[in-house]
Amino acid sequence: MVRAHYPRKPFPPKELPLSLDPATVRRIAALARIRLEEPEVAQTQAELNGILGWIEQLQAVDTKGVEPMAGGSPGATAARPLRPDLVTDGGIADAVLANAPDRQGEYFGVPKVVE
Amino acid sequence: MMRPTDLTLAGALDALAAGATSSVALTEAHLAAIAELNPQLNAYITVTADAAMTAARASDARRAAGQAGPLEGIPLAIKDLFCTAGVETTAGSRILKGFVPPYESTVTAQLLRDGAVFLGKANLDEFAMGSANTTSAAGPVENPWRRTNDPGTRLVPGGSSGGSAAAVAARLALGATATDTGGSIRQPASFCGIAGIKPTYGRCSRFGIVAFASSLDQAGPVARTVEDCAILLGSMAGFDPRDATSADLPVPDFRAACAQGVKGLRIGVPAEYRLDGLAPEIAALWQQGLDWLRDQGATLVDISLPHTKYALPTYYIVAPAEASSNLARYDGVRFGARVTEPGSDLRDLYERTRAAGFGAEVRRRILIGTYVLSAGYYDAYYLKAQKVRALIRRDFEQAWERVDAIVTPATPSAAFGIDEKQDDPVTMYLNDVFTVTANLAGLPGLAVPAGLDAQGLPLGLQVIGRAFDEETVFAVGAAIERAAKFSALPGMRA
Repeated sequence: MVRAHYPRKPFPPKELPLSLDPATVRRIAALARIRLEEPEVAQTQAELNGILGWIEQLQAVDTKGVEPMAGGSPGATAARPLRPDLVTDGGIADAVLANAPDRQGEYFGVPKVVE
Repeated sequence: MMRPTDLTLAGALDALAAGATSSVALTEAHLAAIAELNPQLNAYITVTADAAMTAARASDARRAAGQAGPLEGIPLAIKDLFCTAGVETTAGSRILKGFVPPYESTVTAQLLRDGAVFLGKANLDEFAMGSANTTSAAGPVENPWRRTNDPGTRLVPGGSSGGSAAAVAARLALGATATDTGGSIRQPASFCGIAGIKPTYGRCSRFGIVAFASSLDQAGPVARTVEDCAILLGSMAGFDPRDATSADLPVPDFRAACAQGVKGLRIGVPAEYRLDGLAPEIAALWQQGLDWLRDQGATLVDISLPHTKYALPTYYIVAPAEASSNLARYDGVRFGARVTEPGSDLRDLYERTRAAGFGAEVRRRILIGTYVLSAGYYDAYYLKAQKVRALIRRDFEQAWERVDAIVTPATPSAAFGIDEKQDDPVTMYLNDVFTVTANLAGLPGLAVPAGLDAQGLPLGLQVIGRAFDEETVFAVGAAIERAAKFSALPGMRA
């Protein structure tokens, strides 16, 4: 399930910009947690604008009254039965930590977060 | 007897059942072929030769004990997007280099349950994002086919399941697992002159498959015949409580469906797939395929799928949006690569890890996805795309009132050169123009080789069917296959 990164209500829909400016490109990269070196900004901007300009054609489709299709189910989304609310897994700390780049005992190690 | 690497999967099962060969003999022959040709083709990222031989001996012992499964002893390639317990699974990405899953994907577990032998992990576009297998961190895969009038140019196998398709075409496996989010089974199958099916969304469990776009991803097989695909899908499919989108439906006898024939079937011919500038030889092959079906008793029906032209732009909102969410898990903390500098804080760790770990195409799609989901743009892009997606699904629902299956070209061109079409992302995206609609609507789609272009390269046709009606898709695909008598072979093969 994909959700908006922020609550939607407080943000009124914006006019779609004709193209992204460098500041917006830097902001998107920061939201995505992908470091973008300054010399990469211009090319990234050009590539994203090329793609966004192409997908812009969807705005021409009349979708008034159309229910959005969420998920990939080909039919009407039938309610799926819920499984019993029981613990089905666990107690496998070694397996969970086996691929950790910095295992600290039974924990994942990260740089100090609180000063 | 035929060389073991030239057998079909069905033929190998017959030979095993008759005692004419053994899993050890089949597996040895395929490992020898891999040793010879993989350095050139780069179809496998990881070859698990010792484990394969151990599995083959165990398989022969099970058969001797009268416990042969439906795929007993069959050597397969596994796309390196399926988690395989104890075997490195990279998704073709630097960020997963060295990742060894502690668990097995449901699809591969079912193949092992049925007796299959895994030869290794097949190359792919990074995180299955690509149509040429040129975005893999393990390097590009080469198509075993070459143009007759330009034999010096190395061609792409298609993508994202390019390693799977190249391995099967070059006889480095009897079949392979693959996945398809926008065409990643059908397009490489067509480029490599083999068959492949993306089943209905929900037919195969997605548990343990590295996620790209969860509402579009489906696993399926590639193999050298339609029947071989049917045999493999029979083992791969089925309900799995660990995937909430898995369909709780019985698995039909797909293999039997291949022999059903097409008498009385109504075959839809969508006007919107006749693109401006469609290559004449592809249009001619399409017409040839339709004629074959009519000659076998099917009725051809002109239909309209009016929102077809919006399918690719819809896909390039939905898929990157879901990818940006799915790929948020690669943070350099719990698994995979980590990149830091002295003094890096947590945020810097995330940003350096993801910048270094993801390739250019993956970074591009994450950025697009992040943008279309970001505050204020969600309605204009993502919600709009979901609505157009509903219209694309509705187009098909209306078509099913008049037809039983739809037949189209599989790709707008034959395989292209490894260095071609790399400059503009949108040009590369157009490869999936005929295949992406089935993903958006959740429908099954099969590619079957049907002929050669003027340069001697394979071209495929696509059969699209109703949801959970893979049986009709197999029947139509097998009918095309019987009529096409496609017997051309790639120049590079075991």
